[in-house]
Formats: sequence, C-alpha cells, structure tokens
Amino acid sequence: MKKRSITLTAYFLLLFVPIYWMVITSLKTDVEILQSFTLFPQKITFENYREIFTSEVWRSSFINSITYVLLNVVMTLMAAIPAAYAFSRWKFRGDHHLFFWLLTNRMAPAAVFMVPFTELYYMLNIYDTHFAVALAHCLFNLPLTIWILEGFMSGIPKEIDETAFVDGYRFPRFFRKIFLPLIAPGIGVGAFFCFTFSWVELILAKALTLTEAKPVVVTLTVGIGAEGVKWGLLASAGVLTIIPGILVVYFVRNYMAKGFALGRV
Amino acid sequence: MAKIELKSLEHRYASSRKEKDSFAIEDLNIVWEDGTANALLGPSGCGKTTLLNIISGLIKPTSGSVLFDGVEVNDRPTRERHIAQVFQFPVAYDTMTVFDNLAFPLRNQGKEGNEVEARVNEIMELLDLGSLTAMKASHLNPAEKQIVSLGRGIVRKDTVALLLDEPLTVIDPILKLDLRRKLKLVQQELKLTIIYVTHDQHEALTFADHVTIVRDGFIVQSATPEELFLHPRTPFVGYFIGSPGMNTLRCEKTSDGLEIPGSSLSLPSAIASRADKLKGRIDLGIRPEFVETSAEERSDWNRFTIQMVDHAGAYQVLTLQSGSLQIKARVEDHSISKEGDPMWVNFPSEKTNLYADGERVAP
Amino acid sequence: MRQRPWLFLLPTLALMSISAFIPLMAVINYSLHTIFAGSTPEFVGLQNYADVMGDAQFRGALLRQLTFSLLALLIEIPLGVGIALCMPRKGSAVGLSLVLLGIPLLIPYNVVGIVWRLFTQSDIGVIPRFLAVLGYDYNVSLDATDAFMTILLVDVWHWTPLVVLLAYAGLQAIPQTFYQAAEVDGASAWKTFRYVTLPKLRSVLTLGLLIRFMDSFKVYSEPLLLTGGGPGNATTFMSLFVARKAEAYELGYAGASSIIYLYVVIVMSYILFQFINRSPEERRA
Repeated sequence: MKKRSITLTAYFLLLFVPIYWMVITSLKTDVEILQSFTLFPQKITFENYREIFTSEVWRSSFINSITYVLLNVVMTLMAAIPAAYAFSRWKFRGDHHLFFWLLTNRMAPAAVFMVPFTELYYMLNIYDTHFAVALAHCLFNLPLTIWILEGFMSGIPKEIDETAFVDGYRFPRFFRKIFLPLIAPGIGVGAFFCFTFSWVELILAKALTLTEAKPVVVTLTVGIGAEGVKWGLLASAGVLTIIPGILVVYFVRNYMAKGFALGRV
Repeated sequence: MAKIELKSLEHRYASSRKEKDSFAIEDLNIVWEDGTANALLGPSGCGKTTLLNIISGLIKPTSGSVLFDGVEVNDRPTRERHIAQVFQFPVAYDTMTVFDNLAFPLRNQGKEGNEVEARVNEIMELLDLGSLTAMKASHLNPAEKQIVSLGRGIVRKDTVALLLDEPLTVIDPILKLDLRRKLKLVQQELKLTIIYVTHDQHEALTFADHVTIVRDGFIVQSATPEELFLHPRTPFVGYFIGSPGMNTLRCEKTSDGLEIPGSSLSLPSAIASRADKLKGRIDLGIRPEFVETSAEERSDWNRFTIQMVDHAGAYQVLTLQSGSLQIKARVEDHSISKEGDPMWVNFPSEKTNLYADGERVAP
Repeated sequence: MRQRPWLFLLPTLALMSISAFIPLMAVINYSLHTIFAGSTPEFVGLQNYADVMGDAQFRGALLRQLTFSLLALLIEIPLGVGIALCMPRKGSAVGLSLVLLGIPLLIPYNVVGIVWRLFTQSDIGVIPRFLAVLGYDYNVSLDATDAFMTILLVDVWHWTPLVVLLAYAGLQAIPQTFYQAAEVDGASAWKTFRYVTLPKLRSVLTLGLLIRFMDSFKVYSEPLLLTGGGPGNATTFMSLFVARKAEAYELGYAGASSIIYLYVVIVMSYILFQFINRSPEERRA
C-alpha cells in the first residue's frame, strides 16, 4: 500500500511543478523574473492581476470565451440528446455508418478546416461572433457528446420507455420527467467534455475571431513573439484561464465518479 | 482434510460506526469436523459470505480465532491456508484455455511439466471436462466456468478444505443438477472438509451431512438435516426449513389448560401437561407434514375449514382455518377435498414442539 | 411511439453540415484547384496530390508526426496504467485525485505552451538551470533533439492524466471476486496483473490508444508557442505544416495535404475502432 501512495504523490507533485511555476511567476515583478532566479517570489505582487482585471481587453476576452463555450455546451446538448436517443433506441438504415462518420469528425484536425470555416462564416455573415466559434466547435464536441450519451442511454433498459408509453405518457412528458433524470450523470459528463474542449481550443477560435469575439486564448497568444514579452502578465492570465476549469471539475466530480463507475467515459 | 474451528469470532464491517447493531458476527463458536460436508444456511445478508472469507483469509476478523486442526491461522495469508474457494460469480481466466486454468494454481506453486499435466488430466477426468481441454475460458457458459473454478480448487493436492459461496446462484436450473452431482462426487472422492454457504434450504439439506443455520450473525442451530427438521430449536428454524415451513401457534395457559387465542381449539392433554412446566411466552410448533387430518368427523379432533388447496405434484398443501387461526397441512395428492370442505385436525404430541420464549423445550 | 430517427437527428445533421460537411467539401474543392490570390482558381485535378506526395517537406512532416505519436503512445499508455493502479479505490481521496488529474486537462493548449515556455526558456527557465547543474547544455530553441524531446515531454505531461482516468474507470469495473480468486489460486502480483487486470482493461486501453493517437496527430499550439516549429523543421508536425500552407494562402497545396492528413488519421483510427468493436463480442460466453 505504501509504495502506491508514494508513487502517486510523486506523480502529482511532478504534475503540478509547472503549474506552481506559472503561479509564482504571475506573482513576481517583471524585474525579478528576468533578472533573478528564485523558487519563491522575493516580493509578492498582484500587479499583473490588477492589470488584467482593469484592462478592457482582458476582461472582454474572458467574457467572450465564457460566452461561446456556454453557447456551445447548450447547442451541443440540445442536438446530441435527441440524436443519442435515436441511435440508442432505434435501428435504421445507415445508422452504423452515420455514427462512424460522426466520429471521424472528432478525429479531424482543426487546421484542415481553418480556411473553409473562415470563408463560409464570412459568407454567412457570422464571422467574428460568439455564435461562429460555438458552431465551429460542434465539429468535434457534437460527435463526442453523442457517443458518450449513447453509452449512458444504452444502459437504461428499453422496458422503461415502453412501460411509460403503456402507462399513457406522451413522449415529451416521458422524456422530461422520466428519461432525462435517469441520464443526468451522462449529461454531466458530456457537458464537462464539451466545456473542456471548447475552452481550450485555439486554432478555430483564433481563425474565426478578430476583435468582437476575441477569446482569452487568442489574447494570450498575442503577447508572444514580440519584443520584451511580459511574462508576469501572461502567467497571471494563464492562471486565470485555469480557474473556471478547476471550478467546473470540482463541482462535477461526483457526477464524474458516478459516470466512471458506469463504465462509459 | 482438516478440522476447522472458529472460536469467539467477532466481526464488524469497516464502514459501520453505529454503536448498536454494528457487529456483523458476534461471539461465534463452531467446529467443522475433518472430511465432512457442511452447509451454512441462512437468509441473505446475515454474514455468511463474511464468515467464509474469514475462514479463507480474505478478511481478517475483528477479534477471535480461526483454527485449522487446532492451530491458529489468523495471521496466515490465504495462499498458505491451502483452501479452495468457489464464488457466487463464476471466475475463470478468460485468456487461458481450460487446461491452463486448471494448471494455474499448480504453476503458481512452482510445479511444471509432467507433474502438472498428470494432475490436471486427473481432475479433468473426475469433473468430465475432457472435451473442453483446449477451449478458451471466455467461451464457456457460467456452469462450465463454475466447474472449472471447482477444478482449480481441488487440483492442488494439498488443499484441505473447499469453501463454496452460493455457487449455484447464477446457474441455469437445468445445469444445477450436474454441478451438484459433481460436487458430491468430489466430496466422496477427495474427502475434503466442505463448507457450503447458501440461502436455499433445499440445496443445504440435500448436500450436507451437517447444517448450521445462521441469522443476523448468530448461529441459531447446528445439527443434521434430520434433527433440524424434527426438532427445530426456534420457530425461525422451523419456518426456514421445510416447505412449507412449520406452523407456529401462540399459546396461553388458562385454568382449563392450554389454549390458542382466537380459536376454540382443544389440544390433547399430553401437550397441555407438557406446557404446564413452561414459563414465559409459549409457542406451539408442528410441521404441516405431521398435522393429522381426516375428512371424516372425529369427535376428539378439531374442526377446520379448507381455505385453499395448493397442488404441489406429489402432495397437496391445505390452508386450514378455524376462527382466526390459520394453519397449513400436507396431505397425499389423491385426497379429494376442496375449498370450503370441513377437515378434522389433530396435533400428535410426539410430533409437536413446544417453545418457551422462543427456545425449544424437550419433552 | 413511432420511430422518427431522422427527426431526432435533424439538429445534429444541420449543425454538422455547417461545421463539418460543407467545409470538408470546400477543402476537397481547394485540393483540386490551383489558387492564387486575386485570380480565379484553376482546376488541376489530382496534380496537387502528386505535388504533395512528392514533396520532401510533406513526407518529412508526416514521418516526424508518426514518430512523435508513436513515442507519445509508448510512454503515455503504460505510464497511465501504472498511475491508475496506484489510485485510491474508495474514500474521500478519490474525489481529490480525480480533481487533481483533471486540472492539466483543463488548461488551454496555449497556456500549456506558455507554462512550459517559462519552464524551458534559456534565460528564465528552471530546466536549463537544472540540467546545467547536471552538466547538460540544454537549449530548446537551438537544439533539434532538445526541442523534439521537450514537446514530447509536454504531451506526456499534459495527456497522461487522460489515460489514467480511462484506465481507472476500467479498473473500477473489475469485480473484486476475480482478485479474490487469484489470491486463492496463489497468483503473484505480476500474474494477477497479467491474467486478471490486463485482459479486463483491454477495451478501455484500446479506447485510450485511439483517442490519444487521434489527438496527438493534431498537436499544434504547444510546438507553435514553445519552439515555433523549430529549430528548422525539428518540431513542425502535420497540423503546423498544413496551417502554415493555409496561412500562406497556398490553398490548393494545403487542401491536398489536409485530405491526405485526414485520410491517414481516419484509416488508422478505423483499424483501431474495429478492434474495439470486436473484443466485447469475443468475450461473450
């Protein structure tokens, strides 16, 4: 038993070293970062954070990110839930092929689609909007969510559906009152993955936005390459981008544990 | 081939923190003699599996000792206790063939080559597994997997005891017979000490020479099947064994003798005089098999009315009512009585059990 | 209730046609044309494909990518399984461990790039100093091997937790009874792992293999931010390669290379996918 917890603790420590480094860098002054090398800030400063919170650019970046991510989660779930139900409950011509085609999109590298997306969205006049990014992210979030939900739904016996219909439930009511509560952990897991992948995605978010919907991931990139990179600022922005993720994971950890126990990740 | 003994055994589940009712097993003492076929019988959830796992060493008891042939084995790990255990859920190593499954325990002991081959073939012949030798274990059905589990248990020559935890639970009824037969064969051939855990009284009574009834972590009675049937120590045992279970009637002592509240039954004087000496709550127990019935009127017997007739193949079970009292009686199948008919009933004293405060009192 | 699959699939199909189908058609379209800024595209058939396949740069990037992905898998899968075996099975430590594992997975890819840049940059980073003490001259911007290894390390750091989570889910699904039986049969720790744990983990591991393979092929932000694809071409992987061509508006070339890129990923994933679908049936007794 002892060997296991030592190994595990060592692993977690190693895992968090880079994060620790980023956190303390965010608390250091630029002078200290560039000129000295310390394992703990000599002088803790919140200057970097202050700059982000007061900066219009950074603030709007964060809001943009949250906006399109949440939009994506909602859109994906609304499309995925009925689709997963169809795959789970019914056999129809082409169902396996359709399912596989959906999964291939999950595999598709975003770089491939960069240009077509840009042109298409320009044409549809939705370029540089939150909607554009949320829509684009459906490319890989939708197949994955359908896959996850289908797994959870298949775990619910069809007899429950049939019993409800025999009992006189109309479909919408059955779905709302009986079915959805049963697959709640699945929805939790699906939403988690959507949120995660959408929040961290860079290529499409960069290609499809300019100023109006510029997300924080892009604002972060801008600082690189230029002369005199402000490491402290970037580090603090980095820390802030991790926080929503941590909060989400913390709150859904019980759903996650249940979802893992059910076997379909 | 070992005598297994449990002394003052107590066990509490790790997760329970309540003061009262926190022990799963309390002050258990029992001896299983060498080479005997024993059953551990009781309703689900009363600690039988825990007991088995304590014997095999998979669980360490909170206190008390486990002894094999008089030697305490509490600190001995499972593999050193030389026991075999067959679980409720059939276990086979899916990636290996049947042969390799059976060879596995031997190879783990470091044996190899001809020695292993000879022994495995021996066991496969005993269990009639010859046709499945090269089959991958993943293709076996649950019953076959259980036989392989059994085989793995007995393939080691130094196995002293065989522990079975409700092994027939997930098996198809048609295949159960074959498994039971093989088990009996194994017991006769190898003369192992066998402890068979089950909640099915039929399994227990037909398989074992000695049955221990467990309830809520306590041993209620430990005896031969016959003894359990004729002289159940508590009404619970009486009810649990037999189908249907024993009739239990609450009695009250009155100036006239023994009465059963809610009815105008008169009991034979033999029973009434036995009850004289008893103190406390008195119960009368008589098995449906021993209730004497007559379709014709008998003046010294009690009149009942037939409420229900259940046909059970070779016999019938009559539900008889008198006043607010209801009892069951077993009669021959060719009886022509039907619902609503009167039936005269007698309780012969030699077949009737009397209980004072839930404990049987010998006549 | 009457089956209405296509009605239920309508939202999905609508969204996917905009996000996937139409763009894919567009890419295929590009790949068949030569495109110059300002003038009209010229249909060239499969010429672009021939050019791409013949281009040493492309083949180099593909080879580099394959090497990278294979190495990443070779490290991440065993490591992930190993850590999963050390994870607590019940109690309050479980929730905590899951959260800790989830954190690296939730960091935006470019933040990962930044974090590691801070870590590995010659003037401000920890690793150069640390390795200097050990006598090794580490330079991520100038040394090709250092750069490649660093990106590999970043990928392992970033994604092993995912493998751990998958393997952990698989481990939790194994009934305790199997381990008890192995104990009774006198099996050693290694034999138990080989004959009980590993077979039961097979489908979950294949899943992890598939996901990691697909995703490692898309690696983009980390090399972009850490090394810019260099030094030279040392860390220019497929995604970066294609994106550069697209940015340079060589759309015909980018289109063709994208399709080939996509094709390689799909074919290899399909093979692995078939493998997953076969195993559960094989195990049904």
